[in-house]
Amino acid sequence: MGDLVLENVQKAFGDNPVIRGIDLNVARGEMICLIGASGSGKSTLLRCMNLLEPIDDGRILLDGEDISEPGRDPQPVRQRIGMVFQSYNLFPHMTALENAMLAPRRNLGKSKTELREPLAQMFERFGLGDRMNHYPDQLSGGQQQRVAIIRALAMQPEIMLFDEITSALDPELVGEVLDVLRDLRAQGMTMVLATHEMGFARELADKVCFLDQGRILEEGPPEQIFDTPKEERTRAFLSRVL
Amino acid sequence: MPTQTRRQMFEARQRRRANTIAAASTLAVFVAVIVLIPLTPGWENVQRSFFNGAVFAKTFPGLLNAFVMDVAIFLWCAPLIALLGLAVAIARDLRSPALYPLRLLAIAYTDIFRGLPVILVIYLIGFGIPGLGLPRPWNSPYIWGSLALILVYASYVAEVIRSGIESIHDSQRNAALSLGLSGSDTMRFVILPQAIRRVVPANMNLFVALQKDVALLSFIGPVEIFRQAGVYKSLMANFTPYVGAALIFLALTIPATRYADYLMNKQASARS
Ligand SMILES: Nc1ncnc2c1ncn2[C@@H]1O[C@H](COP(=O)(O)OP(=O)(O)OP(=O)(O)O)[C@@H](O)[C@H]1O
Ligand SMILES: [Mg+2]
Repeated sequence: MGDLVLENVQKAFGDNPVIRGIDLNVARGEMICLIGASGSGKSTLLRCMNLLEPIDDGRILLDGEDISEPGRDPQPVRQRIGMVFQSYNLFPHMTALENAMLAPRRNLGKSKTELREPLAQMFERFGLGDRMNHYPDQLSGGQQQRVAIIRALAMQPEIMLFDEITSALDPELVGEVLDVLRDLRAQGMTMVLATHEMGFARELADKVCFLDQGRILEEGPPEQIFDTPKEERTRAFLSRVL
Repeated sequence: MPTQTRRQMFEARQRRRANTIAAASTLAVFVAVIVLIPLTPGWENVQRSFFNGAVFAKTFPGLLNAFVMDVAIFLWCAPLIALLGLAVAIARDLRSPALYPLRLLAIAYTDIFRGLPVILVIYLIGFGIPGLGLPRPWNSPYIWGSLALILVYASYVAEVIRSGIESIHDSQRNAALSLGLSGSDTMRFVILPQAIRRVVPANMNLFVALQKDVALLSFIGPVEIFRQAGVYKSLMANFTPYVGAALIFLALTIPATRYADYLMNKQASARS
């Protein structure tokens, strides 16, 4: 039994069905990679898991509790499930440190002094010790994305969702962000990633899910998906991206 | 300065040429105006009644004095306009059904006050409310005239702020919500600070317009610069005081509009 469980999740935009019945188990400490062509529904699925998009049908259970029930307050759930976006989305009017402080101050009632030390350590750990008081537009893409990860981690979430967080980066900056993910992986963080970094998925994922037209067409350990895919469409996709 | 590159020398030459042409043509136009206008048959009269040095010198200090009242009215109206405008902009964005009446009120308010000429609102409120026979301080045209200005200008400010709110990309909202922030915290800490910064130049232009429209209160009583100029005009049978008043307004409004344009350009180039 997983800790985040999706049961027959469905989501349409107007009459365009984007997620068409997805079942997925995310167990504590697991790292799951979602792969699939553009438009297959990876981002939408992650947004549904974070309750940024209400689902039309099916259920999402967090520790057995139905968090997708219509009318339920999504705020407490979002505090337990962090999300990082492709385009960083840092708050441009706040320094890196202020970006990271906002949510724990408002949601957990912590003071700036209380937060400064542990956050400084986190910036240090991710190689941003001297960038804490910079504004986003004074940071490189890779630095901004690492700040965005710290900002999400500052809420001490139980699960982290990453939506193609290296896709907007120059190739030479991808490595520094992937290193952060490796670090989190080593710490045992539960993670779900939409990614185009197949090498990275093969290296670290416990499970790879191939999304095709809003369904999980094939899932399994990375060796199985990458080396001996069963489905023709998976093979076709992999031959295009590898 | 070190030696210039060939391109720099070429560009410097081009600049000098452009400046010379601009200066020459400006001068030509000025000379034409200065020479030709005095040749018109009515010039003597106009000069006597609009550009009379003696009248100007005599009335200018009094006009400046009266202008203090314009500035005072502006100063107490401006913060109230900013507050009301902000409140209405937020009310227009309310999504909760329980607060729907507030939203409806905000929409009606901005529609009505942006749809009326300022002078009409000033007349209706400035004459209408004291007409209720209120006791002493409460029948002052200063209060009700100011209220009229506040109501009109806050409706414009509200629309400007709302356009600022709408210009903030949804990804900012999503990022804030994904951190578990509440809707109101998202508005207060993430959306509004960015939105307000973005519309500072547009709001500055509104406040320049307000500074000019303060003069409209003269129609319901307050003695400010326009009214004072009218008094001098009657006294001396001469229009020069109006020219003096115009100069005083321009001394304030031109730098302010220039500054707003400067901010606007700076923002536009920062965003591109
Ligand atoms: N807010 C929305 N409104 C309408 N349609 C949407 C919306 N968001 C996504 N879609 C549609 O849903 C489909 C899946 O989009 P999604 O962004 O989830 O795909 P993706 O797998 O993340 O693709 P990519 O690799 O390009 O990021 C697309 O056809 C897209 O046009
Ligand atoms: Mg996507």
